Amino acid sequence: MGAFTLLLLSGDDHVWIRRFTLFASVVEFIMSLFLLRGFDLATPSYQFDERYNWIPSLHIHYHMGVDGISLFLVLLTTFLTPLAVLCSWKSIHEHVKEFFAMLLVLEMGMVGVFCALDLFLFFVFWEVMLIPMYFLIGIWGHGRKVYAALKFILYTMLGSILMLVGILWLFHLSGEAGNPTFDLPTIVSMLHNGQIMLSWHSELLLFLAFILAFAIKVPVFPLHTWLPDAHTEAPTAGSVILAGVLLKMGTYGMLRFCLPLFPEASHRAAPIIATLAIIGIIYAALVAMVQTNLKRLVAYTSVSHLGFVVLGIFVFNPTAMEGAIYQMLNHGVSTGMLFLVCGMIYDRRHTYEFSELGGLAKPMPVLCAFFLFACLSSLALPLLNGFIGEFMILIGTFEHHAAWAIWAATGAILSAVYLLWAYQRTALEKVTVAKNENLPDATPRERLILITASIVIVFMGVASPLFTHRMDATTNALLQQVSVRASYNARVQHVAPAPKQPTQHELALRTVKLERQAQP
Amino acid sequence: MFPPLQDLYRIAPELVLCAFGMLIMLIDPFVPAARKRSMGWLAFVGTLVALASLHWAAMNTGSAYSGVFRVDMFSLFVHAIVIGVAALAILGSFQYLDNENIQRGEYYALILFATAGMGILAGATELITAFVGLEMSSISTYILVGFRRTVLKSNESSLKYFLLGSFATAFFLYGIALTYGATRSTRFDVVNQAIAVHGTGPLLILGLGLIFVGLGFKVVAAPFQIYTPDVYEGAPTPVTAILACGPKAAAFAVMLRIFYSAFGNASHVWFWAIWVSAVLTMCIGNFAALVQTNVKRLLAYSSIAHAGYILVAFAAASEIGVAAVLFYLAAYAAMTLGAFLIVAHVGGTNEQRLNIEDYAGLGTRHPWIASCFALFLFSLLGLPATGGFLAKFYAFHSALDQRLVWLVVIAALNSVIGAYYYLKVVVAMYFHEPNKEWAPTPMHAPMFIVLLITAAATIYFGVLPNRIMELAIASARSLH
Repeated sequence: MGAFTLLLLSGDDHVWIRRFTLFASVVEFIMSLFLLRGFDLATPSYQFDERYNWIPSLHIHYHMGVDGISLFLVLLTTFLTPLAVLCSWKSIHEHVKEFFAMLLVLEMGMVGVFCALDLFLFFVFWEVMLIPMYFLIGIWGHGRKVYAALKFILYTMLGSILMLVGILWLFHLSGEAGNPTFDLPTIVSMLHNGQIMLSWHSELLLFLAFILAFAIKVPVFPLHTWLPDAHTEAPTAGSVILAGVLLKMGTYGMLRFCLPLFPEASHRAAPIIATLAIIGIIYAALVAMVQTNLKRLVAYTSVSHLGFVVLGIFVFNPTAMEGAIYQMLNHGVSTGMLFLVCGMIYDRRHTYEFSELGGLAKPMPVLCAFFLFACLSSLALPLLNGFIGEFMILIGTFEHHAAWAIWAATGAILSAVYLLWAYQRTALEKVTVAKNENLPDATPRERLILITASIVIVFMGVASPLFTHRMDATTNALLQQVSVRASYNARVQHVAPAPKQPTQHELALRTVKLERQAQP
Repeated sequence: MFPPLQDLYRIAPELVLCAFGMLIMLIDPFVPAARKRSMGWLAFVGTLVALASLHWAAMNTGSAYSGVFRVDMFSLFVHAIVIGVAALAILGSFQYLDNENIQRGEYYALILFATAGMGILAGATELITAFVGLEMSSISTYILVGFRRTVLKSNESSLKYFLLGSFATAFFLYGIALTYGATRSTRFDVVNQAIAVHGTGPLLILGLGLIFVGLGFKVVAAPFQIYTPDVYEGAPTPVTAILACGPKAAAFAVMLRIFYSAFGNASHVWFWAIWVSAVLTMCIGNFAALVQTNVKRLLAYSSIAHAGYILVAFAAASEIGVAAVLFYLAAYAAMTLGAFLIVAHVGGTNEQRLNIEDYAGLGTRHPWIASCFALFLFSLLGLPATGGFLAKFYAFHSALDQRLVWLVVIAALNSVIGAYYYLKVVVAMYFHEPNKEWAPTPMHAPMFIVLLITAAATIYFGVLPNRIMELAIASARSLH
């Protein structure tokens, strides 16, 4: 894993031409595929562990590793980056070198976020990544790019700075317990065996400090306003990465930090967060429907779909949680593809307004076919990837909270409405604007991008067990940590074997801890 | 009676600085006007020799001159900062002084004298000695601030600085007098013992308050910060760079010594004063900076805000707190020095390009200058992998260690406010089209080297801070 980031760092110095970037990112992807081979299905804990001292006087380590959750997110990152590089092949004309360097730095930051197992290191990657994204939007974006870039970075920083305070607080708690550390696995185990005691009050505050940062990133409903701006004004590659990977960092953070570190607070807050998620699903879908700008519409679909993911995380059910992780990947690929198509249309017409588009299927049938395909994948057509994720989330939710599932399911219907309508307005009907009549169809380069994405979409739609099996061990371990109520009985069998019950010892410890917390 | 040789070794850096300063004053009249830059090189050599003489001092740690001055890790650390700042600022001044046509020997001599004063402040363990150091550095800087004699603004700021600064030192002196009255000594250790025995009477509290006023002025803590933007704006930019780094570091050093060593037993008295002052300083600095359009003024307000962050660590009143202050001062010196020197360079003759709009398109015109400036700004903002981030992190860490949760939350929110105005400059540099024709002056080699060093230091503090942190912790230990 270290070679990973190192390669990127050195790569950053020599980015002279696009080819090199492409080469680097493809090598990156292939290297990350090796992770898949070496990944041990049965282990719930972190693999490919790397650990060096970084700042010993503050007990900060360079600690990286992956587990069933982060493994695929790393793959998603390395998969989308070459696509983003390819799609910017022709559309970036100025500061080419800087653009691709930024992309690679961004990739390094993202991979770092997903692999970091040291809270400090995680925070460093989390923040460092803002800078390339900020420049990507601000320099190579269009329209109100400066506004969008500033809004993006300020929103994110506001959330994350409180997380920093939370991280420091945890560090002090571990210090008081006699073992000062920023190491995530250590802190989690200290929390679980009672070495660190949190009053429910401070646990709630800490939980809020973390969840705020992640909720802004996701974005969860009232905090989503930065997203449409950032998406709309970003260059295509920026949108692809933003939607494909950056948003996942929020949900990943919830899974990785909020749940295991603050199980009680997570349970308490779950109804509120789930409600917000459902509001987000429906609200964003409704807003998406009335958009007049294609890219803005796609941006709102992200808010809606990420609502599903958040919902899936906070029902504490293995099916829903795996569905949520799966949906993170799906959304990355399908929304990424949607943005790619948008970008290709933009390259030709330099607009996203529906009024300027229309009837594009006639001049460019191939491109529009792929557009339809991406829409279908995003609206969860069976046999395509989106279906599996959404279905798992809904089933898992239904088991515990039927009402939540019913409300959320309306979002799935709405998504069909707005996406197909968008397709209709863009590709079908008559050609209304004269300029649209003689647009060139997809070039071989664009076909390559789209075909690659489509293959992955179909593959993920039919071969989902290949993915979910690798998540099983981790999700179950995570849920065991989170949930004291081991009500896993009603499980859907095709997803995974039944999880192990917690041992007597663990249960006893948890009970003791709960009792202590119950006493004010 | 001649002082023992060992004591001379202990103040070797100050002796060297003063000797070189006087040498420059003596030679200067005989140097033709075209070759005044050689005086600068001489001064630079002086700072290097002073840095080297730190080694001597380090071999003779301990108290000198019957307990008025002390050489320990703490004083060596601060010495290294202030002398390093002086050395880099001298190199960075060459081109500026040429441009402004004020290339004179006394400029360099004054920098050396001021630095010697700061050195005395860093090592003082007695109030009168601290006062001497304070005056020595202040008077030199009063003159330096007004060094652009023909420019009205420079004169104004010099006068302002001088008048208000004199007031502040007068307060400081009053504080010393009252403290002496209350404890019958001006030596830190004796004062502290007296407090332990007799407790804190009203006289002592008043003395402590007046001392805080005097030093608060020098470290630009609110509510004594009013002069800062005007003085910083009017002073020649390299002098502003020195002001923001050197005297501030030295004043914080002596403040640490006074508050921890002399008034350590009265920490319950000054804790809340520092707490309130920290909050005020951060908020005033950041909010006022939001509306600035002049980069020099913006950085002046930012330096107020940073004094606030340092006070957060100060309020921790612990060993880690002291270490955090020291680390912050070092990291802050590197990035601020670099930032102000870039402002000096971009400003050009007569400092005509100081507004944010003047930075428009710098990213495409001068990618290297712009990327250096962006680095410093990101560091001031506190983005990870830069010195500014770790400094802030360390400061917050030390404050949380003492359970000052709310202070840290306020500081954290403040740093987000700060992000807005730093980014405003970055926006101008990279996202705006250049709006004026500007034939760039090529950068001279010394300036380039300074930027290189400060940028490297900023990254070094951010990526491999361990060595410096260990030194800071060792320094903090030596304080007791």
